[in-house]
Amino acid sequence: MAVKVRIPTPLQRLTQGKEEVEGAPGTIMELITDLDKRFPGIGERISEGGKVRRFVNIYVNEEDIRFLKAEDTVVKDGDEVSIVPAIAGGR
Amino acid sequence: MGYVSGLRCRECGREYPVEPIYVCEFCFGPLEVVYDYKKIKRVLTRRNIEKREKNLWRYAELLPVDGEPQAGLKSGFTPLIRADNLARELGVKELYIKDDTVAHPTLSFKDRVVAVALTKAREFGFDTVACASTGNLAHSVSAHGAKAGFKRFVFIPASLEPSKIVASLVYEPNLVAVDGNYDEVNRLCSEIANRYRWAFVNINIRPFYAEGSKTLGFEIIEQLGWRAPDNVVVPCASGSLLTKVWKAFKEFKEIGILKEIRTKVFAAQATGCSPISTAIKMGTDVIRPVRPDTIAKSLAIGNPADGYYAVQAVKEAGGDGEDVSDEEIIDGIKLLAKTEGIFAETAGGVTLACTKKLIEAGKIQRDESTVICVTGNGLKTQEALAGHTAEVYRIKPNIDAFEEVMRRGGKKWQ
Repeated sequence: MAVKVRIPTPLQRLTQGKEEVEGAPGTIMELITDLDKRFPGIGERISEGGKVRRFVNIYVNEEDIRFLKAEDTVVKDGDEVSIVPAIAGGR
Repeated sequence: MGYVSGLRCRECGREYPVEPIYVCEFCFGPLEVVYDYKKIKRVLTRRNIEKREKNLWRYAELLPVDGEPQAGLKSGFTPLIRADNLARELGVKELYIKDDTVAHPTLSFKDRVVAVALTKAREFGFDTVACASTGNLAHSVSAHGAKAGFKRFVFIPASLEPSKIVASLVYEPNLVAVDGNYDEVNRLCSEIANRYRWAFVNINIRPFYAEGSKTLGFEIIEQLGWRAPDNVVVPCASGSLLTKVWKAFKEFKEIGILKEIRTKVFAAQATGCSPISTAIKMGTDVIRPVRPDTIAKSLAIGNPADGYYAVQAVKEAGGDGEDVSDEEIIDGIKLLAKTEGIFAETAGGVTLACTKKLIEAGKIQRDESTVICVTGNGLKTQEALAGHTAEVYRIKPNIDAFEEVMRRGGKKWQ
């Protein structure tokens, strides 16, 4: 059992069309580094300089990582990670 | 014709053509309109602006449209009111209210952004306009869209107050009440926007729509006699309005209408939803999302799309952030009404109460000029004042009964 990572549509081209891929346990940044090894290019799309890009939201088991420990949030086997581009709003 | 050269990602700088798109394909950052300021500088002068009609289209060269306005022909150019009674109350010398409670036609600053969004929607060839909203935006899209002859789809959270629903329904849009909160409505709308070829003003038209907010800033400068105030206080929900007011000031400098700007920009929020003012106070540019809990519902965006840029603008301008409790918001609404005769919605109460706090804290100097942006009408959020207004004297229709009231009122009425 690994970490389940859900990939948003705009990035599925980099995962050969897969909506869900497996990732390695560790911090969010470690997870992204590992993903980038297997799916080259995905790392720079969702992060920059060791930080998740400002307009990319990452959820661990449905909780926004900014409510957890941000990039230092640790994920373990069985956790579900969602990568979701932020959408612009305004009432 | 037109003065727009394209769209550019605010994050990574990648460039895009003028199309109904809103996010960078590469880094998901927001796209922003790029203008040819050299060209604008040659045509947009104080003198030319002054000759034009008193609506927001007098600054058309700095708006992202190519042809004639198609919506909101009378929107904008709301009064800038010298608020001497309020100034006395707050102990400052020079205070103004930028009064968008009387924006045409739906009494909030959203009439500015929707005027621009619908004009752009027509230029793109859309026949249907849409939005996700909890109130002011829904009203504005419904009304402007009716006048301009668009099909309209308006999506709201199902729990919205009946008065707000009626104020949209009267224009007969297709009103869809979604069983969920605003964030869920917004998420659904982004999926619908992918499937239907509609102009969602705050989604795929957002780069153009948001530019309409600049007109509030342009008007402040013009109405002050072509000068920038020392301080401006702006309410923040997504943070877009503050960002654009600051951009407006800088653009006027860029094209030579202003020589210098020394304005400090202040962000006003409700304590129950203050991700932007909190980030400013903590000196960080990381916006921590919150779950909103405030009576200022038109400002209740827990995950503000332009929060980061609002923080940057405040930092650049040397301003600050402040937030206030629900009680202070109500006191703010009442203070504005009884001193200046202006009935603001809860967001206006937020802005006023934050201004008061900033003055008391010495962050706004008492001998400086300050503009408070009041962006929506109080008739829309009357329920917020239930139980907090002055009492009614109920009497029988005879003079004795009235004299009794006068006696009870005592000295204060004499």
